Parts: sequence; C-alpha cells; structure tokens
Amino acid sequence: MSRLTDANIAIAYEIIGRYPRPKSALIPILHLAQEQDGYVAEDAMKHIAELVGVTPAEVFGTASFYEMFKFEPVGKYLLNICGTMSCALMGAEELMHHAEKRLGIKAGSTTPDGLITLEHAECQAACTEAPCLQVNYRYRFKMTPADLDTLIDDLAAGKLSDEIPSHGVLATVRQRIPAERGVGAVAPEKVNESPEWLDGKSAL
Amino acid sequence: MTSTYAHAPGFVAGDRPKIVTSRFEFSDSYTIERYLATNGYAGLRAALAQPAGSVHDEVKNATVLGRGGAGFPAGTKWGLTPQEVWPRYLVVNGDESEPGTYKDRLLMERDPHQLIEGCLIACYAAGLSRCFLYIRGEMALAQERVATALNEAYAAGYVGKNILGSKFSVDIVLHWGAGAYVVGEETALIESLEGNRGMPRLKPPFFPAANGLYGQPTIVNNVETLANLPWLLCNGSEAYTAIGTKTSPGTRMVAVSGHVKRPGVFEIINGVTTFRDLLYGEEFCGGIRNDNQLKAFVPGGGSAPWFTPDQLDLPFEASQVGPAGSMLGSGAIMVMDHTTDIPAAALTLTRFYAHESCGKCTPCREGGTWLERILTRVVEGTGTDADLDQLIEVGSSICPGDFPHASNADLGLSAVPFPYKMTTICFVGPSAYAPVHSALTLFRSEFEARVTTRKRIPVTAVANSTTGHAS
Ligand SMILES: Cc1cc2nc3c(=O)[nH]c(=O)nc-3n(C[C@H](O)[C@H](O)[C@H](O)COP(=O)(O)O)c2cc1C
Ligand code: SF4
Ligand code: FES
Repeated sequence: MSRLTDANIAIAYEIIGRYPRPKSALIPILHLAQEQDGYVAEDAMKHIAELVGVTPAEVFGTASFYEMFKFEPVGKYLLNICGTMSCALMGAEELMHHAEKRLGIKAGSTTPDGLITLEHAECQAACTEAPCLQVNYRYRFKMTPADLDTLIDDLAAGKLSDEIPSHGVLATVRQRIPAERGVGAVAPEKVNESPEWLDGKSAL
Repeated sequence: MTSTYAHAPGFVAGDRPKIVTSRFEFSDSYTIERYLATNGYAGLRAALAQPAGSVHDEVKNATVLGRGGAGFPAGTKWGLTPQEVWPRYLVVNGDESEPGTYKDRLLMERDPHQLIEGCLIACYAAGLSRCFLYIRGEMALAQERVATALNEAYAAGYVGKNILGSKFSVDIVLHWGAGAYVVGEETALIESLEGNRGMPRLKPPFFPAANGLYGQPTIVNNVETLANLPWLLCNGSEAYTAIGTKTSPGTRMVAVSGHVKRPGVFEIINGVTTFRDLLYGEEFCGGIRNDNQLKAFVPGGGSAPWFTPDQLDLPFEASQVGPAGSMLGSGAIMVMDHTTDIPAAALTLTRFYAHESCGKCTPCREGGTWLERILTRVVEGTGTDADLDQLIEVGSSICPGDFPHASNADLGLSAVPFPYKMTTICFVGPSAYAPVHSALTLFRSEFEARVTTRKRIPVTAVANSTTGHAS
C-alpha cells in the first residue's frame, strides 16, 4: 500500500494550510498515512514528500526519529506496557512476563494471528495509576495479570472495537478551522508589523 | 475532605485553593457548556478590556513560575523577545513525558477550554500572532478533547478572527507528536514542529524567545503555566500572590506515585507544602503503603537527584530544595519504601534516559548506554566492584565535577547543591546519571552486596608464578 486516498489528500491540504511553512505538517500527515494503512508505507512517504514539497528521504528522516511510526504492519492492537519507575515499583515487570506468557510472544513481536503487538513502553503520564498500559494509546489503569487476561479476551472477542479503533487511528476528532473564522497562516517573511492589538489601547 | 473522581483518574481533591483544577469535580468539565457556566472565558474578557501591556504587567506582578521544569517566571520570559521583530509565536508544551509527571494530561483532558483561554491571554499580552498547541503523540484522549474544545471555541467566536468582536485575532493550531521524550525540551519541540527530527538546538547563543520557530521570536510555555492565566485575570495578581510564598506564589500540581497509600495528583499551595505533608498528610497520600518505612523518594521527576527521609520537611520551594541537592522539576514525586530494590529502581530510570537520547552529543549517546549496560550487569548479579567505579567514571564524563546529592545524617554526608556541570546540550545525558549517582551515593552497600569483589592478584604472586606457587 499506498498513496493517500483523495479524502486524505483533502485533509492533508487542510493541515498544511495551517502552518506558515508546509514542512511543519509532516508529522500530522504521517499520522494520517498510518491511520489509513495501519503503518507508514513507503509509497505514502513518497506521496507525502510531494504534498509537502520535500524529498522522500527527508520524510523518512523525520519519521524514523519517532517511535510511534511503524514502517511495517503491526497487530490490530498495539499493547504498550509501561515499565518506567512508578510502574516498575508497582509490578510492571510481572505484568509484562504475564503478557508474554499469555500471548506466547516476546515483547517487540506480534501474535501469529496479527491481533496484538506487544511492546515495552516508557512513562505514560499516568504514574499514580500504576501499573498501567495503553492499547492503541487508550489507557488501562492499575492492571493486574487477571485484568490483562480479561483485556486480551475482550480484544480477541471484538468487544472493545467501539472504544479502541484499529492501530493507526489516534484522535477520532479532528480540528476544523472554519474558513470564515480562521486568521490563516502567513509565511514569517511576509509579516513585519506588530499585531493590530498592540496599539496601547484595550481591545474591547 | 478528600475525594477522588472516577472521571479524573488519579486526581485527589481537597480543601485547598483551586486555581487550575476547580472544574475537576464535574464529570462534564471538558465541555464548553460547563466551562461557560463556571466563569469560563471571563479571564479573556477581563484581559481584552485592558491594553495588552497591562495584562503583561499583571502576569509579571503575579510571578507565575513556569511549571514545565525550569521554574522561570512567565511574565519575564515574555519580555525577552527582541523589540520590533514580527511575527512572534506561542508554542504550548503539552509533551508531558518526564518519568513520574502526571498533570498536563489531566489539564488537557479535563479542562481544555481553560488551557485555550490561557493561550489566548498569553498571545494577547505578549503580541504573539499564532499559537501551536503541541500535545504528546501517545495522548489520544487529550488530543480529542482539545480538538473538540477548539472546534467549539472557534464556532463560538473565542478563537480566530476578531475574538469577541475585538481587534484581537489569533489562530490556535492543534499539533501532536509521535513519541520521543526529548521533544519536550523546548528547542527540540520547535525542531519537531518544523517537521524535523526532534533534536535540541545548542543554546546559547539563541534562546527561543529571540530565535525560535522559523527563526522568529517564540515563547514556549508549559500547559499548567498557561492554565493559571484565566484565574489570574479574573482575580488579579494580588489574590494570586496571596496564596503560597513571595518567591513561589500560587499553587502547583504535583503527582505522587509509587509506594504510598493513596497515590494521586494534588493541587498544592506552592512554597509552603512540605514533602512530609504530601507523603504522610491525611488529605494527601496518607502515609507509606502497609505502614512501611520510607527509604527514598525522587522529588521532581526522573531527572532529579533523590531525597531520603532526612529531607521530608523541605517545602516546595526551589530556593530550599536546590541547596539541599535536588530540584522540584515537573512536580513529580516517586516514593520507594524499605522493600525497594534500589539498584533495580535506579535502572528503570537510567534505561529510560539512555533509550531517549537523541544521539547528538557523544557523552549522552555513549555514556547513557554504558551506564545502562553496566547497571544492568550489577542488577543481574554479574557485575564486579570495578563496575561501581566505572559507573562514576562514565557519569563524570557527562557531568564533570561534583554531582548534586542530598545530605544524609547516618552516612555523615553533607549536601552538594543543585545544579551540576554538564558536557551535553540538554539534560537527558545528566538525567541518565542522576539516578545512578543518587542510588550509589545514598545506598552504596546495596550495590556492594550485589557485585563480586575481584580478587586482585598480588604482585608477589606474579613474581612467584614461575615457581608454580602462586600465593
Ligand atoms: C529533556 C527535557 C524534557 C522536557 N520535557 C518537558 C515536557 O514534557 N513538558 C514541558 O512543559 N517542559 C518540558 N521541558 C522543559 C522545557 O524545555 C521548557 O523549559 C518548558 O516547556 C518551558 O515552559 P514553562 O516556562 O512554562 O515551564 C523539558 C526539558 C528538557 C531538558
Ligand atoms: S544530551 Fe542527549 S538527548 Fe540531549 S541533545 Fe545531547 S544527545 Fe540529545
Ligand atoms: S511510570 Fe508508568 S505511567 Fe509513569
């Protein structure tokens, strides 16, 4: 797979239009590609390069820095178990061992049926709820091995598909700036005056 | 009275002033309806009714300390932009990923309009003509809540062209990352926002306020810092400074995690609340789990040197915590009770920073990896006593000179004050060393018990070896 679909091209142009320089839209559009295909395909990166006006190597250069971008298909669900200090103090290691045993795979790999990819993760900003994990970046708190079993059963049974979309879909709500309300992005070299409201008077 | 809210996991409310968490009690706190029903956007109206300069003065008078880690006053930072260079930008740092830190995500998920209002006030006061709100990639719900709130705020005329019918116009653009801790560093955040690999820039010479996004003056502020502004504009700087101390006014959000009875995120009074209050106070964590003994705690996020029970009575005040050998950082306390395996606990942090190195500076890229590898051996029981010296040696190549640590009465140690010298561009390198150094200084015997002492072959033995009688 695949270049961006027409619908996604339209979204990509909308995103590009919000930045004074098009390259700033790279990461959001890479997410869009990952949402479309479940991972960032090579053709998608070539297409993004055309849309943003950089080389495919620059796109890959940026994308490869960030852990969330996957360049090969992963499971439908990415299971990230936090192993940083607070979670480690509260039993993250046991949880990870349990996950590996239950799924029959090592962290960093995918179950043969393509359902779950298991990964070690770092602090998820939920340390008071340790040990915690994310499934496609949706949280589960204070997890016990038994909770993990239930979670895996539910994922396999398709019970959570409403709450947890397939890998690649991040936020299910997009920002939309209505044309008549937006100020618009201007390249910095085209602005050399102070903003209108800095005239020493109140704005209202 | 304390209560936890199922809809705001981790947050513990109490009978304390609430500047940024006042709406958390409502399960619909993130909606524009709730926001408007609870004085929402009144701070913006109050700001727009004054000239921008006096709003800036109000923020300066309140001494709103940056909540992202460095504690630099926001009003002062806004004044560091060069005269007559336009446009200027606001970049909001919502990349929260410092180990132990949990507050910005709550603020974005639970009260996104408060953050939006804070951004608008900052843009108005400092003449910033475009705002980019950078949310950590892994925070899907925060992105959804902020996107929804922005869509609502645009539709209602609070964001965009001619806000509330005034001459003030600014766009707020939601941007999100893709997983890289170092991007939280402000110059790396700007690189990332420009579509590049998120590697920090060398500073000085250029700080973002002078030369930031697209080479333009750029203010980078933390989510919590900005969330303070609506309350400040509604209530004034006098009311703000009446809470807390002169040098640390207002409140701040602190997450306490690890081995306490009731881990949680608390909005505490700045400057006066002590670590003992937080760890043992009934309205906070209520003591160590199972009434165990406290062994050590990390006072300000994974990067901070560790404290022991000797430091419990220090207040949340930078001018006291610094000389005591650590920092307040991002308001994150991680607590270890007496059952904690100290070398293993240190390893979880060192591994984090070693993995998150961007690779730009050799001492961090190589040193962090070395520290992780050596410490792993020690924890797994295959290290030697020479490894312990080696940890210090590698650490000293990242941070030459004395590294800060706490005093300890039992060990007869006096404190070495924060900060340290460093050979790296940003604090990721030193942060890989901080846990190792603290653990090794304060709990050396636990490391020694773990390693084999190499038998040094005496010189005489070598001399006698030809006789076959090594002794
Ligand atoms: C390695 C590193 C990571 C950081 N991560 C964050 C972060 O996640 N969020 C944040 O607000 N500040 C972070 N900071 C601090 C920022 O560089 C910056 O000081 C802060 O965003 C400024 O906002 P403030 O003045 O409002 O605190 C980090 C700093 C370093 C060196
Ligand atoms: S200290 Fe580490 S993370 Fe920071 S710039 Fe240097 S190599 Fe990158
Ligand atoms: S350490 Fe696991 S969420 Fe912070």
